[in-house]
Amino acid sequence: MTSLSPEGMLQLSIWLPVVSAVAIILFGRWPNLRETVTIAAGLLLLYLTANLYNSFTAGQAVSVLWVEPIPGLAIKFRIEALGVLFSLVAAFLWPITTIYSIGYMRAHHEANQTRFYACFAVSIASVMGIAFADNLFTLFIFYEVLTLITYPLVTHAGTEEAKRGGRTYLGILLATSMMFLLLAIIGTWVVAGTLDFKSGGIFSDDVSLTVLGILLALYVFGIGKAAVMPFHRWLPAAMVAPTPVSALLHAVAVVKAGVFTILKVCVFIFGIDLVAVLPTAQVLLYIAGASVLLASLVAMRQDNLKARLAYSTVSQLGYVTMGALLGTSAGIVGGSMHIAMHAFGKITLFFCAGAILVATHKTEISQMRGIGRQMPVTMAAFFIGSLSIIGVPPGGGSWSKWYLMTGTLEAGQLILMGALMLSTLLNIGYLLPISIRAFFPATGGQSSEIKEAPLPALVALCVTALASVMSFAFPDLLHELASTVLSGPYYRQ
Amino acid sequence: MLAHFPILQVMVPLAAAPVCLILRKPLFAWLLAVAVSGVAFVISATLLYQVLEGGTIAYELGGWQAPWGIEYRIDQMNAYVLLIVSAIATIVLLSAQTSILEELAEERRIYFYVAFLLCLSGLLGIAATGDLFNVFVFLEMSALSSYILIALGHDRRGLWASFQYLIMGTVGATFILIGIGLMYAMTGTLNMRDMSELLPAVSGSRTVLTAFVFLVVGVCLKLALFPVHLWLPNAYAYAPSTVTAFLAATATKVAIYLLIRLTYSVFGAEFSFSSFPLQYIFLVLSLAGILVASITAIFQENVKRILAYSSIAQVGYMILGFSLANPTGLMASLLHLFNHALMKGALFLALGAVMYRVGSVRLEDLAGLGKAMPLTMGAVVIGGLSLIGVPLTVGFISKWYLITAALERDWWGVAALVLIGSVLAVVYIWRIVEAAWFRAPASNSLTVTEAPASLLIPVWILVAANVYFGIDTRLTIGVSNSIANLLFGIAP
Repeated sequence: MTSLSPEGMLQLSIWLPVVSAVAIILFGRWPNLRETVTIAAGLLLLYLTANLYNSFTAGQAVSVLWVEPIPGLAIKFRIEALGVLFSLVAAFLWPITTIYSIGYMRAHHEANQTRFYACFAVSIASVMGIAFADNLFTLFIFYEVLTLITYPLVTHAGTEEAKRGGRTYLGILLATSMMFLLLAIIGTWVVAGTLDFKSGGIFSDDVSLTVLGILLALYVFGIGKAAVMPFHRWLPAAMVAPTPVSALLHAVAVVKAGVFTILKVCVFIFGIDLVAVLPTAQVLLYIAGASVLLASLVAMRQDNLKARLAYSTVSQLGYVTMGALLGTSAGIVGGSMHIAMHAFGKITLFFCAGAILVATHKTEISQMRGIGRQMPVTMAAFFIGSLSIIGVPPGGGSWSKWYLMTGTLEAGQLILMGALMLSTLLNIGYLLPISIRAFFPATGGQSSEIKEAPLPALVALCVTALASVMSFAFPDLLHELASTVLSGPYYRQ
Repeated sequence: MLAHFPILQVMVPLAAAPVCLILRKPLFAWLLAVAVSGVAFVISATLLYQVLEGGTIAYELGGWQAPWGIEYRIDQMNAYVLLIVSAIATIVLLSAQTSILEELAEERRIYFYVAFLLCLSGLLGIAATGDLFNVFVFLEMSALSSYILIALGHDRRGLWASFQYLIMGTVGATFILIGIGLMYAMTGTLNMRDMSELLPAVSGSRTVLTAFVFLVVGVCLKLALFPVHLWLPNAYAYAPSTVTAFLAATATKVAIYLLIRLTYSVFGAEFSFSSFPLQYIFLVLSLAGILVASITAIFQENVKRILAYSSIAQVGYMILGFSLANPTGLMASLLHLFNHALMKGALFLALGAVMYRVGSVRLEDLAGLGKAMPLTMGAVVIGGLSLIGVPLTVGFISKWYLITAALERDWWGVAALVLIGSVLAVVYIWRIVEAAWFRAPASNSLTVTEAPASLLIPVWILVAANVYFGIDTRLTIGVSNSIANLLFGIAP
């Protein structure tokens, strides 16, 4: 392994999950072997991404070229701060989610588990492709692959409800990416002549601001995975998927791919200086801010726990979108850090939701009074995850929220700062009552015998809760990566 | 031998047709047909190679000099179309014998091969020849044999579809003949290159304009441009599966080739686009075709009809690229000639496999087929994704160039409408996917098993080609680009 060059590691980080998917299908008949393959692949991937992180911090420029389907547009990859951050988060959480899935899927007696694990592996490969993409063309290819490969995961149950959820999911994601995102990409190609990411943006000074403004709007609405309202409905619709899918994909991989792309576009296609002066950026900022608040309000009205968490995710994604559009360095740092912080926090919350479902068959929050007696570890983790999402110590989310607020101040966007503060209150409003009522039910307590989730699930949610706290106590790694996004010396100047 | 390739390209299938009639057994006819189309494929590949290396090939039939003798001119565009037609014919024929065992009555099977070879040689002839009247002869030959092919199946509606196609096709052919006649009267020649040189002298006359209009309308009927596309849905839906696969992938492509050849090579781009607002008429009709056909496809219950309407929309894309009148647009159309042949060839062959096992291609009869016939339905999914234009498939490449061409002219609205067409394609493809995987199988189809290898292998060859040529585009983009430059007179 140590004899593998950084380029080889970059290639392998995409091929390894694909090969493991094939192995998963081959070993489908022997569940324990199959799960071992998944975990082994996950740990290997984590090793590879950690090595790529080391190469990056050592100042190495690592890039790989695959093919050039269209003259001038190649499928190629390069390591860069934001991509390294995203890949680390995904690679860290994949094996943990696998461990969780083992507990969940087996306790729930789910069918088609081979298909589940195989599609999961290919999704992670797509995420790696998105993270390390060196141009918009490559990113778009893997973005679309991710949409398609997560469809069987969303519709896993095979029921009418799953089919309907799948239709909304695929419909909104494909419609936005084909109608708006592809149009924006080809428009950029025609106007700028290139799609390669570059520090400071790729547009020359003589392009009209109107055209650029329209392109920015097309990008923000076209990147449906970022769930900017009104194209957010696919997220709650995807909650029909099994909880491990909701956890990794819809708290981490798919939605983060969306906001990652928005960050990449704002920093490396437009450049934050250009974004700061575009008139449409202001409109889009208000839409993102509205998304943050409206989604929080809708979340408060949801009784179904997964639905509440889904709308919470829509709201939190608005934070990152806002950070990207602010046009300030603090906004970029905050948005980038939030990719990691929100991932740890939200995945903990979803893991807990799934644990509750498996242990007690409860899905509605109103049924969960006093459940803290039955499931103390789960609900403690839920509380910690909530703190991160709310943005208060010791949750890691407090750091990213700090930078985002600083960003709004730097940009003079006081209304948006107010929105962020209001959103914190709303987050408290829809998350804390769950924990409080779980441990201190006013009426209607549950039986006090402990009946926790299956052990693998429990281990997984404790690890992610711990990660939330650790990322608060030791934010340096993430902060360093986030700060290098703008100033990265490895991106063509 | 090499020098005679242009004529052998057409003559070999033509000569094999009556031989099939003599061979009593369909199995032998099949073997001969596969061999012959394989030879045609090799010839077309060699011709393409020769043209790319050495420039246009001019071949005089019987040694009689042009412009009085019939001349076959093979330039890059002809060779490209010849390659497409012969490749599809070979692959489709591989599955033909098994497929027609279910769909054709025993006494008709030999006639299938005869008519197929006649149709093949007709299509190849239209593409290879440099003489306008020769075009008409081969056009009629391919048309008449396709009327026979469509009517050969069990389904009696095929007879009606064939008759409808016959009426509309004959109208189109007659218009083309009138156009040719008027042009002959004005220029005194039937040789295309000669005519293009003599035309500027007479281009002001109303006769020439009338001839042009007759020719264009006639060809548009043949290529199923909205609104003269009415023959296509029934013809594709009720013909035997192999016939649909072959015609869907080739017949309209050759007609589009003819359109490009007439407007750019014979009449010249200047005349074609300035005498007549051809650009704008085609723009409107193609956009209307894309939207109307895609929406109609969504409401069909017969999967072959869904794909037939989809083909009309795809023809709309090709004509749209043509109407943009810039090199990128023409390149997009030419790319789509190749790519669409791959897409529809794969999809209709896969449906042929479904027909073979299930006996019907209605959506309700496809219920639950994803479990029973995973390889076949897998091919349908990949072909469908190519149709939608998902990256890494050929459909994406065509779409990319078409939108680039529209944006180069600053026509953002046109680009948006093309993308709406793609989104509509998602809807009707997903209806098929949902039927196959989300519905419980019908009780009488519980014994359905996967299709035999003789049907699956050709399908998957085309599916693999869909993905391969979506990634390694050197052949398709290289050739289309040089054709577009050639026709626009841009120096390479």
